[in-house]
Amino acid sequence: MSVTLKDVEYIAELARLEFSDEEKKMLTSELNQILEYMEQLNQVKTDTIEPLSHVLDLSNVFREDLVQPGISTEEALKNAPSATEEFFRVPKVLGEK
Amino acid sequence: MVQTYDRLRTALEQGTTTCEAITQNYLSTIYEKQHLNAFLAVYEDYALNTARSIDEKMKRGTAGPLAGMVVAVKDNICIKDRTVTCGSRMLEHFVSLYDATVIQKLKDADAIIIGKTNLDEFAMGSSSENSAFGRVKHPLKNEYVPGGSSGGSAVAVATGMSTTALGSDTGGSIRQPAAFCGVVGLKPTYGRVSRFGLVAYASSFDVIGPLGNCVIDVARVLQVIAGHDEKDSTSAYVPVPEYLIDIHKDITGLRVGLPKEYFDESLNSEIRSAIESAVNVLERNGVIVQEVSLPHTKYAIATYYILVTAEASSNLARYDGARYGYRSQNATDLYSLYVKSRSEGFGEEVKRRIMLGTYVLSAGYYDAYYRKGQKVRRLIRDEFQQVFQEIDCLLTPTSPTTAFKAGEKLKNPLEMYLSDIYTTSANLAGIPGISIPWGVDTNGMPIGVQLLAPQFGEPLLLRIAHFLESHRTM
Repeated sequence: MSVTLKDVEYIAELARLEFSDEEKKMLTSELNQILEYMEQLNQVKTDTIEPLSHVLDLSNVFREDLVQPGISTEEALKNAPSATEEFFRVPKVLGEK
Repeated sequence: MVQTYDRLRTALEQGTTTCEAITQNYLSTIYEKQHLNAFLAVYEDYALNTARSIDEKMKRGTAGPLAGMVVAVKDNICIKDRTVTCGSRMLEHFVSLYDATVIQKLKDADAIIIGKTNLDEFAMGSSSENSAFGRVKHPLKNEYVPGGSSGGSAVAVATGMSTTALGSDTGGSIRQPAAFCGVVGLKPTYGRVSRFGLVAYASSFDVIGPLGNCVIDVARVLQVIAGHDEKDSTSAYVPVPEYLIDIHKDITGLRVGLPKEYFDESLNSEIRSAIESAVNVLERNGVIVQEVSLPHTKYAIATYYILVTAEASSNLARYDGARYGYRSQNATDLYSLYVKSRSEGFGEEVKRRIMLGTYVLSAGYYDAYYRKGQKVRRLIRDEFQQVFQEIDCLLTPTSPTTAFKAGEKLKNPLEMYLSDIYTTSANLAGIPGISIPWGVDTNGMPIGVQLLAPQFGEPLLLRIAHFLESHRTM
């Protein structure tokens, strides 16, 4: 499996990132180098092995569904780059891709 | 003034010093050594005021277990009403709304928090060069790196800017800088310490842990910060033992394993001799040292960087320029707000890892990389569990080399990743590890040796580490 410039552009779009042409070329070669290294995992036989997502083998942790104090609207908006008294303010959403 | 907490505490109890004087002393060192760039924020007024109030408590005899311990905190851990930058432009002005659980616990124990330490951006790196606020310098040779990502914390402890420090360890970020700077660094078992208030990097790997100038100091900090937390559902429901009770106990008859895969040709020969001398100390004192095998070790780095970048790409999706963090001024619509804010706000290594993680999770590659990585992770974890049936603890190098020169590995990301070769396995398996200083190389740079124990095996880990430390021959 080899990563092309087109793949890098597609992945960048998924990740909501953009790069200059030079950066894209650089990333293509770096990703190829790193992924090639990762392909050594193909040497490991794992047909009968279950994937491990959590080292402590925890299953779902439940608690009582009780109302607890949370943060206020004012606090929630404290770090906002732009906000009204009650809402985050962002550029126009309609009419884009 | 590099000093252990026990000596400070004794001096406090005898009345020969005060918390205020101790704090003042550390503050002077911080200002004197500003060129090392270890701190991103220093809480001078807060620290001195807290110190004075703890001095009052000392007089009344109501001071907590860490009274007078001055702690530096890695700047990816939240402290209420303080910035938590993560070494990133993205969060340069972000102010925490709450205390991380570990911070609350330190405050309750009367520790004095002196400031926030520099790090690789979002803890992604092994050299503390990836910070948006400039690299951290090695205290012994400034053109060298202090290791990373908790480089600022390691430097703070090594140079007497604080008694201890908190770091976070996702793949070696506490242990490797501890080794490079000649201090003790403990990565606890996954889930032993609450992650609430730690800015997420790779959630199934991340753990907060202490750095200090001796094993007892890190044990004391662990005692305070460990335990289940209802705000972190992945924190373990395992009772917290008394870490100091058995720490001085005799180690005769214990079994220590040397995993042969950790001693291949990539290991620096001076570090190899350091391990040999540690083995001699153990054997002379009745420990049975034997060679063991962890055959999947060579797959650890590949497995680690697949899973960690996948988790990072998902965790860092939250930085969208809409609700908090950096917002680009060049956006024209919502889509470009996301893209431009993220592209301008994140540094190079963070973007590289997000790209890699997005790739391994994308349709068509998920099974080949991500799922494969999760399967190999199980093999690696189970292999450790099996080895720990025969032995109590593993002894390995912490890092294949001592501190390297700044810039040396920046050009080649894979080479930088490979410097984590001995530390990532512990995070893949969720087991605790500790790095303790063991001499210096011919260049005068510190060497670290690592001990690894089974999950929740911290008492034994600390006991063997303390024994080695007290019998240091190098």
